[in-house]
Order: sequence, then C-alpha cells, then structure tokens
Amino acid sequence: MEKFNPKLHLPILVFGLAAPFVVPGLTIQVAVLWVMVLFALTWDVMGGQMGYNSLGNIFFFGAGMYICAIVQVAFITDVGAYTASNGGVKIPFTHQEYFMGLICGIIAAAVGSALIAAALGWTVFGLRGPYFAIGTLGIALAAGELMGTWEWVGGGGGISMPVYPGSADGKAYLFYFLCFAAAVATYLFCSWLYSTRFGLAINAIRDDEQKAEAMGVHTLRYKTIAWAVSAFFLGISGALFGNITGFIEPLEVAFPTVTFGIFMVAMSLLGGKGTLWGPVLGAFLFHFLKEFTWTYFLGWQWVALGVLIIVNVVFFQQGIMGWLMEKFPEKFGIVVEKKEAAE
Amino acid sequence: MWDNIAILTAAPVFNIQLLLDGLFIGATFALAAYGLALVWGVMNVKNLAQGDFVMMGGYIAWWLGTQGIHPLWGLPASIVIMFAFGWAIYVLMIRRVIDKDMFTSLLATFGLAIVLAQALNLMFGPEVQTAESDFPIRSYFDNSVTIADIKVVAFGLCGLLALAVVLFMKNSRMGQAIRATAQDARAARVMGIDTDRVYAFTYALNAAICGAAGALISMIWVIQPFYGISHSIRSFVIVTAAGFGNLPGVIMAGLGLGVMEQYGGFVLGAEYQQATVVALLLGVLVWRQIEMRRHRQVVQ
Repeated sequence: MEKFNPKLHLPILVFGLAAPFVVPGLTIQVAVLWVMVLFALTWDVMGGQMGYNSLGNIFFFGAGMYICAIVQVAFITDVGAYTASNGGVKIPFTHQEYFMGLICGIIAAAVGSALIAAALGWTVFGLRGPYFAIGTLGIALAAGELMGTWEWVGGGGGISMPVYPGSADGKAYLFYFLCFAAAVATYLFCSWLYSTRFGLAINAIRDDEQKAEAMGVHTLRYKTIAWAVSAFFLGISGALFGNITGFIEPLEVAFPTVTFGIFMVAMSLLGGKGTLWGPVLGAFLFHFLKEFTWTYFLGWQWVALGVLIIVNVVFFQQGIMGWLMEKFPEKFGIVVEKKEAAE
Repeated sequence: MWDNIAILTAAPVFNIQLLLDGLFIGATFALAAYGLALVWGVMNVKNLAQGDFVMMGGYIAWWLGTQGIHPLWGLPASIVIMFAFGWAIYVLMIRRVIDKDMFTSLLATFGLAIVLAQALNLMFGPEVQTAESDFPIRSYFDNSVTIADIKVVAFGLCGLLALAVVLFMKNSRMGQAIRATAQDARAARVMGIDTDRVYAFTYALNAAICGAAGALISMIWVIQPFYGISHSIRSFVIVTAAGFGNLPGVIMAGLGLGVMEQYGGFVLGAEYQQATVVALLLGVLVWRQIEMRRHRQVVQ
C-alpha cells in the first residue's frame, strides 16, 4: 500500500476538506468531482489493471441509485403507492427516519450492486476483448430501457427522492463530505488492493489470460471479484448522486450510458490507465475542463468530447501518467538499465 | 402481453403483416451488417460508428427530399458521399488504429459515433424524420395487411445492392485484393498489393453500404440522430450470430432480427422494441460463449 506522502496527499486532503467552506457556491460541483474520481478509479480496476474494458460500468451506478431510493422510500411507506403519485406525496421525514433510511440505503446499494456484479460475472466473463465491451454496453442500455417500463419504481417518470429534513446548506455539506469520503475510501482501497496478491493476479490476467490460467490463477474468480469491487463503490456513488439530484429517472440520471458511462472511460484514458494516480489526475483535469467549457460550447461540447476521445485513443494512448513514466522513469522508481538505454 | 399473443393466434393475418414488415426492415439491417462483417473481417476494426453512418446516409436522402429531389435519388447520392466520407475517416483516424489492440478501434469509433450523432443533431434537430417517397400504400387480404410500395421497392434495391457487392468482391481486381488481404495481409503485401489502399477502400465501401442502407431506412422507416447506436448494436448482433465471411448467414440473421424485433415490439409493447434488440445481443453473446465452451471441451 502507498505510504502517506505529505507533498502529494496533503494538498488534496486540504482541498477536499476546505473546498465547501472556501467556495460555498461550488459545493455540488466539487462533490461531483469526487464522484468522477470514484468513477475513474473503479473503471480502472477493470479496464486498466485487468485489461477488461467495460463500456457498461454505469449500470452499477444506476443500480445503486435505484436500490438506495427504494430502501429509503420503503423505510416509511409503500414504494408502489409512492411512485404512483409522481412526487405528489411529500412525506415529512424526521431526522432519525431519514438518516436510518439513508444509511441502510447506501449499504444496500453497495452490497446489492456487488451481488448483481457477481451474478452477472458468471455470464459475461466468458466474453473477451471487444465482445466484453459490447456486451457490457448492451447491459447498461438494456437496464435503462427496462427500468423505464417498470411501473413499481416509477417507470419512465422516475422517483422523487425523500426530502432532506434540514436546511439546503446542511444537505449540501452532508453529501459533499459523503462523496469525498467515498472517493478517498475508493482510492485507499484500490491502493491497498494493487499492493496485494490480488493486484498481481489481475495484472497477470491483463498481460496474458491464457498463461495466467495455465499458471494456476483462478481467472474467473478474480475477474468476478474485481467487477464486484467496482460495483460496490459505484453503488455507493449512485446512492449519493441520486440524493444530491433529488430526482431519479432511468435514462438521463440513473443509466446515462453516453455521458457518465463514457466519461469514466475517457477520464481513465486521459490520465493514463493501469496506474493508480492516472484516473485521479484524469478525473480532475476532465472535470475542470468540462465545468469551465461546458456552458460556452452551445451543444458542440459533445462533439468536443468525441474528438477528445478519438485524439486520446488514437494519438495519446498511454495517457498523462504513462507519458510521464516514459519521460521520467526514475521519478517512479523504475530503474532503467543504463546499458540498454545507451544502445 | 398474453392479449397480444391471443390476437396473433385469433387472426393469423396479423402474422403476415408482422412477418413482411420484419423482412422488409430486416433486409436493410442485413445490408449494414454486411458492411460491418467486411471491415471486421478484413481490417479487424470493430466499427461502433456503423449505425451513425446509416443515420448519415438517411439524413442525406431525407435532406435531398426536403429540397424537392425524390429521396430515391438520395440513394446514389448517399452512396457517393458516404464513400468519400469513409475514405476521409480512414485517412484521418482508422489508419492509425488498425495495428493497435482490439479495444482501441472500438473506443475510437465510439468517439466517432458520438461526434456524428451530435453533429447530425445540431444540423437537423432531434426530431424523428421520414423521407416522403409518395408511393401508394396498398392493402391485401381484405384490407387487413397494408404494405407501402416503397417497402417492396426498397427490398428489391437491397437485394440488387447486395448482389452488386458480391459480384464486385468476386470478380473485380479490387475485390480480389480485398479478399487476399483478409486471408493474410502480410502475404498480400509481399505479392505487391497496396494493403493501405485496400483498407481505405474497404472502409469507404462499408460507409457507402451503410449510406445506402440508411437512405432506404429513411424512406421505409424513421431516422433520428441518436438512433445510430441501436443500428450499430443490430449490426453487431447479426455479425456475431452469423460470423464474418458468411454472407448467407448475415442475410438470414438480418431478416430474422427484423422479424423478431417486429414480434417483440408487438407482443411486449412498442416500448420494449429497443430492449428486444439489446436482449438479443446478450442472448447471442451468451450462446456463442456456450458454443465456444463446447468447442474447448472437444479440443481437450
């Protein structure tokens, strides 16, 4: 596991803790930044470290969001009746009811998403390479379509989330710090995970799955666990994000395959996949660029996003961290044989 | 759902309607899928922008229709324009993707798909459009089956185009070069074939085929900037089910997909039509996996 490095970690920690008080107007934007960091890190567990490029990881974000919403509502009232009223029923939650529901909802979202991932893993992990990417993309698209037809959870009309029983500022702070904590937890967990035998095993799968299997690595088990880890944290992020927006709906909020679902891939690639810091760096860069430029492009931002992906993939595949590692290998503890380099 | 099945059994004529609609639309799916099989088999590029090429072709025909030119003339126009467009895309990006790993081509073309869908959206707006061909709509079987003549015409044109492509691949010099490159690119290069040109031609041909399919779809069905992704998924379903280099398989799978989609949409409700396509994709992928597992056991 990575040691605490004051030069590297302290500024981020200070930024994370101080941001909502220094720039109160941007609390939600910075909270979304932490969600983005979480997205990139969880995508990289699969895409970067294991070489399984999923285009449908957003599925677990939506699954977590829906599970959390259902648990929160079911804590107080009947879900079917609540969704049928289309937000007409406003239940005044007491503090205790709300927080119990929220805590249970987040836990259920995390565990539920991980279980769904484990169950799906048995079917999708026979797919390799492009088939895996297309198959997972299909799962995410299908989930959005099917949730839209399921009336019990509100269908295409969606669910309005329970109203926070306090001030708007209080809500913003609470969910900001929850998002920050989730991102930090994801980072720490990944950092620990990559330092264990597990990290070596999934790297072996990336490098050559057949050989890894021949060497006795139980590949299917490792792949499924890695996916469940991704899904666990994505479920948490979905639960938090649903509460931040206050209203969830299948196509745009819960399963936004072509926005968030692609952002997570783009961020990891931009920062450099297969590294611990690459996704974090990519998420920061991408989110800042997006927030600064999104409003000035008037619809052309999507074209810009597509072009960014193309340029990134075609011309700059190693990403920022990969480029830095190539340029300054000694900074990363990679020893370059002088003889070889000289030749 | 059961009510709809009851309708089908009570009035078998409805089956004919669904079947014919499925076959007419399935023919265009098969055409686009054949293009994908071509680039996949020859260049090993998984083109996720396939559906967006289809939509581009559709918008070319539709736009010509709004300018007072009959959309059937849009068919040759979109073939020519899309051929040039495909060649340009090859030179700009696909050339650099071919020798990279498999995911690169997938993600790069996905980026291309986003660009194209959004560009179409900004140029033509997000409304669902149909190119008016002004052909009469005829009824058969005591007015219980209605078929627009344009669908029959489009079906025939699909067949002609497919035949033209097959003959081209069999007999022309370029077609032979494409097949040789698909078999062994290195050997083809040794024999003096300019493989870069072959790749460019293959990708451009694929774009032209998609353009033709799109022009036909704009007349017999609907086009919308963001429908591209479902057309891409359809092509993937068909190619994955049939395998490349298997033209009869692609045609059968394309027609079958069209029919299954019509039935899925009718029996489960129109909101499930999109989900049917995706479910079929997952079904085909799982089925292939079972096949592969059996194959592995036989090898062992």
